[in-house]
Amino acid sequence: MPDSVLEVGGLRVGFRAVEAVRGVDLAVARGETHCLVGESGSGKSVTALAVMGLLPRGARRGADRLRFGEADLLGLSDRAMGRLRGDRIGMVFQEPMTSLNPAYTVGSQLTEVYRRHRGGSQRAAVDRAAELLGRVGISAPGRRLGQFPHQLSGGLRQRVMIAMALMCGPELLIADEPTTALDVTVQASILRLLANLQAEMGLALLLITHDLGVVARIAHRVSVMYAGQVVETAPSAALFAHPTHPYTRGLLASVPVPGKVRRDEPLGSIPGTVPRIGPGFQGCSFRDRCPFAMPECAIEAPLRQRAPGHAYLCQLPP
Amino acid sequence: MRLRDLATGLGALIIAVTALAALFGPALVHADPFAQDLTHRLVPPVWMGGEPAHPFGTDQLGRDYLARLVYGARISLLIGVSAAVTSGLIGTTLGVLGGFFGGWVDDVVMFVITCRLSIPLILVALAVVSAVGSSLAVVVLTLGLLLWERFAVVARTTTMQIRNLDYVAAAQAAGASRAHVLLREVLPNIAHHLVVVATLEVALAILLEAVLSFLGLGVPPPLPSWGLMIAEAKDYMFFSPWVIMVPGLALFTLVLGINLLGDGLRDLLGASRDA
Repeated sequence: MPDSVLEVGGLRVGFRAVEAVRGVDLAVARGETHCLVGESGSGKSVTALAVMGLLPRGARRGADRLRFGEADLLGLSDRAMGRLRGDRIGMVFQEPMTSLNPAYTVGSQLTEVYRRHRGGSQRAAVDRAAELLGRVGISAPGRRLGQFPHQLSGGLRQRVMIAMALMCGPELLIADEPTTALDVTVQASILRLLANLQAEMGLALLLITHDLGVVARIAHRVSVMYAGQVVETAPSAALFAHPTHPYTRGLLASVPVPGKVRRDEPLGSIPGTVPRIGPGFQGCSFRDRCPFAMPECAIEAPLRQRAPGHAYLCQLPP
Repeated sequence: MRLRDLATGLGALIIAVTALAALFGPALVHADPFAQDLTHRLVPPVWMGGEPAHPFGTDQLGRDYLARLVYGARISLLIGVSAAVTSGLIGTTLGVLGGFFGGWVDDVVMFVITCRLSIPLILVALAVVSAVGSSLAVVVLTLGLLLWERFAVVARTTTMQIRNLDYVAAAQAAGASRAHVLLREVLPNIAHHLVVVATLEVALAILLEAVLSFLGLGVPPPLPSWGLMIAEAKDYMFFSPWVIMVPGLALFTLVLGINLLGDGLRDLLGASRDA
């Protein structure tokens, strides 16, 4: 993919005796919404943090390729990485209630990001902040600039966070479960906002979520993660039409569809939990929970192609 | 609840009165705190039948007690505040670094804190003062260099709580440098804890200065420190009890006021943060 903004190849992250991310390949194209899906502990957030260079202390990061635009992130110094963060890569976190510093006004937090990377006058930064607050759908931006985070609701705070991530007009926006902590109605409006901004600004959006409803609504491309690996990646329509990896099928079967699921029928689920993978693990990590497991699964899970751009990691033929 | 507000207000009032006395008292009290008048030795305060010229009486050398008390307030507050600022700088720096970076940095910080806790405070202060000689600066520095451990412990634990919050990660994700994260993200959010510690340290430093002065190793005479006043007066306390009562009560009231205000601040800041 020559026009990809972010290209990750063979990303590995480990903490002590746990391999959290094991050889993730990921490419986010310009102007594409790429959803990274998986349950808790599958390594979605760690992948994002590894890309940002913000892993906690004690984490081991390795990769064959980690390219952003023309920059090789693997060889980048802390300082150079700091210049990219917030300028050309924006990030939105899960918890809007704690992502804003309670000690400063919204305006000072927004303008600070802008002036750090772009310099210029405070006046220009304030104008930019007001403009972006308007763009993320906040009414009376001038008044909001002078308010402290505790004066805003969760939904408003998440909009402020999105505005902050977009202050410098980034090429890539990473959103780590941006709607998980919000009310359902607010979730919908934030998602619509993200989708609109993505289209208007031509952003590459890497959206991390465990909500398949979210994925179906805004993703162009989906990568399903399980136990630190991308087990299936496909264009959104293809993934929902032809889920191929048994885990993806299990995930889709676990989503209750109103009108189709009978009241007395048990909800679909995948038995078991995500295993903790230590070093030296071999074979398919899903084999203990997989209804199609066979002896070969203990040896390896080969990468197969179902269609161009639709790959999965499994012994089963398409 | 009301009683607690009352106590906080009382503490603030005591500190305000003492601070005003320290700042403007010397301009209002015309008596010279150093001038001896051997014909007017050990005059009792007015409420014990003394002279209106010496409202708080005089000491064993005939120096006006009110003037000495007011000048002494300057010394006490000066020492209390400067010692708290010095120790605050040291302790906060150590604590924030240890709490934020963790790992071996934290191990080193914890080791230094443990070392400091195992040092007998008064003994070291005595040894330093007797080795270097006593002066105001030496007392302030000695106390400042010895009293930082509470700042360090509080700064360390509160920083540990803050460093995992999303806004610290968000600041880093927005390209903030490490210095920026420490100074602008962490520090303002632990400041309210440190203010409470600071009040306790001011009170402690004032008391320790009094102890050192009482032992003859604090502020050198004839500077009018409250502890020194008590020390100089102790030989006369059986026949002229006010000479020890007046500075003793002043010391007690000021330290009580600081502690009351500290408690009040803790409730106030804690409550507003949790809400």
